[in-house]
Amino acid sequence: MRRVRAEVLNTRRLGAYHSITLVAPEVAERVRPGQFVSIAMPEGRAFLLRRHFSIHQSSRRGGWAGTLEFVFDPKGPGTGWLAEVKAHQFLDVIGPLGKAFAYPAKLNACLLVSEGHGSAPIFFLAQELRARGKRVDMVVGAEDLEHVFKPIEGKRLSQTIAIMTADGSLGERGSVLDVLPQAVEQSGAQVIYAAARRSTLRSIAEFCTERQIPAQMAIEEHMACGIGLCFTCTVPVIRKDGSGYDNLRACTDGPVFNPARILWDRWMGDEPKMTPTPPEGFPVVRSWPG
Amino acid sequence: MKHSLAVDLNGLRFAHPVLAASGCLATGHDVPGLVDLHKLGGVVSRSLTLAPLKGAPTPRSAETPSGLLSAVGLQNPGVEAFVEHDLPRLQKAGVPVVGSVAGSGLEEFIRVAQILHRQPGVVALEVYLSSPDQERGGEPVYARLDRILEIVGAIARLSSIPVFAKFPPLVPDLVGTARACVRAGAFGLTLVDAMPGLGVDAARLRPKTAIPVAGMSGPALKPLALAAVYQVTRAMPDVPVMGVGGISNGTDAVEFLLAGAWAVQVGTALLVNPAAPVEIARGILDYLREKGVGSPAELRGRLRVRGEQG
Repeated sequence: MRRVRAEVLNTRRLGAYHSITLVAPEVAERVRPGQFVSIAMPEGRAFLLRRHFSIHQSSRRGGWAGTLEFVFDPKGPGTGWLAEVKAHQFLDVIGPLGKAFAYPAKLNACLLVSEGHGSAPIFFLAQELRARGKRVDMVVGAEDLEHVFKPIEGKRLSQTIAIMTADGSLGERGSVLDVLPQAVEQSGAQVIYAAARRSTLRSIAEFCTERQIPAQMAIEEHMACGIGLCFTCTVPVIRKDGSGYDNLRACTDGPVFNPARILWDRWMGDEPKMTPTPPEGFPVVRSWPG
Repeated sequence: MKHSLAVDLNGLRFAHPVLAASGCLATGHDVPGLVDLHKLGGVVSRSLTLAPLKGAPTPRSAETPSGLLSAVGLQNPGVEAFVEHDLPRLQKAGVPVVGSVAGSGLEEFIRVAQILHRQPGVVALEVYLSSPDQERGGEPVYARLDRILEIVGAIARLSSIPVFAKFPPLVPDLVGTARACVRAGAFGLTLVDAMPGLGVDAARLRPKTAIPVAGMSGPALKPLALAAVYQVTRAMPDVPVMGVGGISNGTDAVEFLLAGAWAVQVGTALLVNPAAPVEIARGILDYLREKGVGSPAELRGRLRVRGEQG
């Protein structure tokens, strides 16, 4: 983990998302898929906390050596300011942070499932898996066309790709969960990786447990510091020896976890569980809290 | 003129007056390399209980303008595991440790303090009086003066090292409570603890943190903390007070010293900037040089109030 003042090389819009590429060789050299960076907000702002973003790309070689790219939704809390940042500005960056996705040693066929900006770290992972000679298939989901992250890049990185949108504006109408069994069968997936909404991750976790497919998931939890100081981003994780569980920090022990070890009920508390998507598509039904 | 940042709190010495506040520096063994432990004036430990505590469900934090709401629920490894696994790293860095004592009732407070006060490297205890008192229906200890005195008094009697009492500025008579703590045996006070704060997520009709009423920290707390430090140190100029609440830079720290603090603690700022305590100490030194003042102690209580002498 390093803290650097990193120059913004460029910024661009990617559909509904924003991307920033930084010159940060000390960080870029060490980054692996699943890890994240922490960016300080400017001084004098009412909102103080750093913001944390999964890394989408890092380049160790070639003309882009020493750069890293992260992607965010400018509508997210506090990210409006970041969307206004211009090339050659400097950002206070800490990284790389967190545990990365592990690569399978022997198993070959990997199915990568992502929703929305969860595709950013997943595409980085796809690239690394490919470089290790693994087969990569993808299921990518989003609310609509605008929120499907780099679909063409997804096609290039994968053997097969299924794109799912809630409104059917790109690919098939539905959620990633609708095509998961089919995708597993067609690709012969031996390992599943995922980055998505919590409720989706939980369903994928149940699916993986049922089929006994090993999986790794990048989760999101409210992080105040991102560097292990504050203990606010904890996830209840079963101990390896099964003797109980611990509230582990997503920033230092995650954000990548083995979903079979997450106590989903405990973690998600009273959040309503997502129901399967009906064939006619998504009637957006929100359960009334309380 | 020679300037020194060293402070002496009636015999309790720190190389400089900026400590890391409780709960804002991981646990000990896991302090990230970005924090220069040996450059801190001191470290206040996470609040420790007798048995390990898993803490509250998530979400545990939410932002509020100029502040942070956090409800960790005292997650900590328990005092024995802390002594075994975490304290050695702090001892190795040579940083003085203030052990923060929590408990669900009188007995637990006493037993935690008994273990902590005789550990090498632990130079003082801080009694976390916002702990929910299970013997009084879960209300915070600070809600009742008799309970504060019972707990602070018991710890002060057994402890071989100085004891600080820490509470938010919520008690009905702040100066009276502080004075009573000192009479009960407290060596000093840590002012202030986080204030209760509620974040509301209107879209989801839910509180923003799983434990609805969280602790509010950060710059929003600073004027409240300054007022508490000012009032208490005016009333008891000889009692060491550590000021804490929204200190983010050297100027903030100097403000606390001028208001009467003997030393300061940095919490929320550390979460944003792991180098904050070191930068704040440097900021104090710059101020001493600029004003031609020899040490932080000479700033203490130097606030010029209209109608007062000096």
